[in-house]
Amino acid sequence: MKNKKQNKNALNPTDPFCGFASLRWWLLAVAVVWVLNSILPDLMGPYYFQILILAGINVILAVSLNLVNGFTGQFSMGHAGFMSVGGYISAYITTQLIVSHPEIMNDAILGSAVFVGSLLLGGLGATCTGYLVGLPSLRLRGDYLAIVTLGFGEIIRVVFLNMDAVGGARGLSGIMQFSSFGWVFTLAIFTVFTVWRVVHSAQGRVLLSIREDEIAATAMGVNTTQGKVRAFAMGAFFAGVAGGLFAHYLTIMSPGTFDFNRSFEIIIMVVLGGMGSISGSVVAAVLLTSLKEALRPLQQLTGVDLRMVIYSLVLITMMLARPSGIFGTREIGDIYRDWRAGKAPKDAKKLKASTPSKGGAA
Amino acid sequence: MSEFFQYVINGLSQGGTYALVALGYTMVFGILQLINFAHGEVYMLGAFTGLYTLRFFGARIVEFYNLALSVGADQASTTVAILTAITVIVISMITCATVGYFVERLAYRPLRNSPRINLLITAVGVSLFFQYSGQLIFGSSPQPYPDLFENLESWTFGSDENLLVINPLQVFVFVTAITLMLILRHVIFNTRLGRAMRAVSFSHELSSLMGIPTNRIITATFMIGSSLAGAAGVMVGMTYPKVEPLMGSLPGLKAFCAAVLGGIGNVTGAVLGSFILGLAEAFLSGYGAPTYKDALAFTILILILLVKPSGLLGVHRTEKV
Repeated sequence: MKNKKQNKNALNPTDPFCGFASLRWWLLAVAVVWVLNSILPDLMGPYYFQILILAGINVILAVSLNLVNGFTGQFSMGHAGFMSVGGYISAYITTQLIVSHPEIMNDAILGSAVFVGSLLLGGLGATCTGYLVGLPSLRLRGDYLAIVTLGFGEIIRVVFLNMDAVGGARGLSGIMQFSSFGWVFTLAIFTVFTVWRVVHSAQGRVLLSIREDEIAATAMGVNTTQGKVRAFAMGAFFAGVAGGLFAHYLTIMSPGTFDFNRSFEIIIMVVLGGMGSISGSVVAAVLLTSLKEALRPLQQLTGVDLRMVIYSLVLITMMLARPSGIFGTREIGDIYRDWRAGKAPKDAKKLKASTPSKGGAA
Repeated sequence: MSEFFQYVINGLSQGGTYALVALGYTMVFGILQLINFAHGEVYMLGAFTGLYTLRFFGARIVEFYNLALSVGADQASTTVAILTAITVIVISMITCATVGYFVERLAYRPLRNSPRINLLITAVGVSLFFQYSGQLIFGSSPQPYPDLFENLESWTFGSDENLLVINPLQVFVFVTAITLMLILRHVIFNTRLGRAMRAVSFSHELSSLMGIPTNRIITATFMIGSSLAGAAGVMVGMTYPKVEPLMGSLPGLKAFCAAVLGGIGNVTGAVLGSFILGLAEAFLSGYGAPTYKDALAFTILILILLVKPSGLLGVHRTEKV
């Protein structure tokens, strides 16, 4: 019974990615991250290292937004808002503790423990706000979620702007830089792993059914509102964690950092990579983070955020020409499989039959 | 007490411009079920059209009306100012209708049969494209708007403690907004085009079976909505004498909130919701918390979605398979 629920790909013994769903590969990846953590900062220049860290944070954001926008088919535009909730909560906790208990924060192990705890609390705070925002708007059919989440981003900005405890308009500074390569990528792997497992679980099938046809899903007895709110709250959780990582990397938080453009950046990562493709989001997040830096000279030349002009044009042409994004709803594993099937036409039929076909564009 | 009336006046003037923008949102939503995010940017383009018209042709328009009304060039009369403002508004409305036509034709029509989320993403893309290419073309710093009504004195009532100031510009904005709304109401309820629009918003398939050119009606709806946004842009530019390429996004979203408050898809509701929002914002910034002003519209939106999702005047429609 349990096997039936799992993705067929994961059980296909001829598939080199069959172990992808098993825990030990993920643990191995985490181990590799921590080994790299000790050598990478010296190996790379600080500039490229920073891009790498930001790419890792963007991977968390894009993959978690994909759960809402790609797999559930809802359109959230407030990811930066949840990011700021998580970031402010975790940064507030650590900055308060530095003042009251400096001995804890300066201890390597205890400090890291507090840091991870604050990230979790930030994530939970974001989840709660996500639940509050999601419940009224997700009950309704249609695009209300888009505008409510957009408005929520504005509300949260105004609230932080007026909140003296977190510095108001000046922002919150003096945050310790805890976000190392190791933490960022461990949490990125954790995000990808969790989203992967959720999408390939019974709960994930609920989300896909909502995306494909909400009315049919309701008719089959799926509680669509509950499914949507769960996906939304979970996406908010990871956005909050990413916000915490972001705060503890930049060491400063200001309300203006998390404006609509930030949400939009994450949206375009999801859309470009393919709504409904986790590996697509990862690839697009890395690609666009690098592109942002590559475009920096051009931006200094014109004095305008030229990147947004390019992004918006990419988005429009993408919707007109290839609405499914680079990967569509497929994963890198599927593409590799097809490519191998193309190389060895004998297996092609067998392999194709074992791949569950997913319907059309997201 | 006079404070109160002052806020009412400010709120009504602000509400009038919200209403013009909200009407475009509600019309497009009614007919396509699409939140046209680019609508706020059409409003921005309207303001800039007005700005450049006034900057390059303003003097000539004034001169023309001076000649036509045979008054001396040194006497800048009220009539000339009002006529010039109306001319600029009409030019801006025509430009914005053209922009609306091209946006609908190039970005939205090819996606008519694709999933709604794709249409929504395109709308967001179009909106950002206008915002940032606007920064490239117009420059990102705010630009001052020529004041047509500078020679006119404000009407003041009451004594020093109970001073009530009515700016003629506010009256002009309010009256123009109401006039445009009445014209729109006439178009929607008393003309063939309006009947076709109502039919298409009811059902695309049925109305095309009845011989209504659905695509053309949708384009016309976009053009009418965009022209109203253009008028609002000029009037806001004149009231807050600074315009910048990002000015459209926040008022645009607020106007959408107002449309939802009144009942999305409902023309009267959009106007009602906009005046409520304008008044609420004026009172909030007047009595205490001006820094929270920008969050008010969205708070109202979330509350109305919780309590009465169909809006104040909206009718709940069940979804059919």
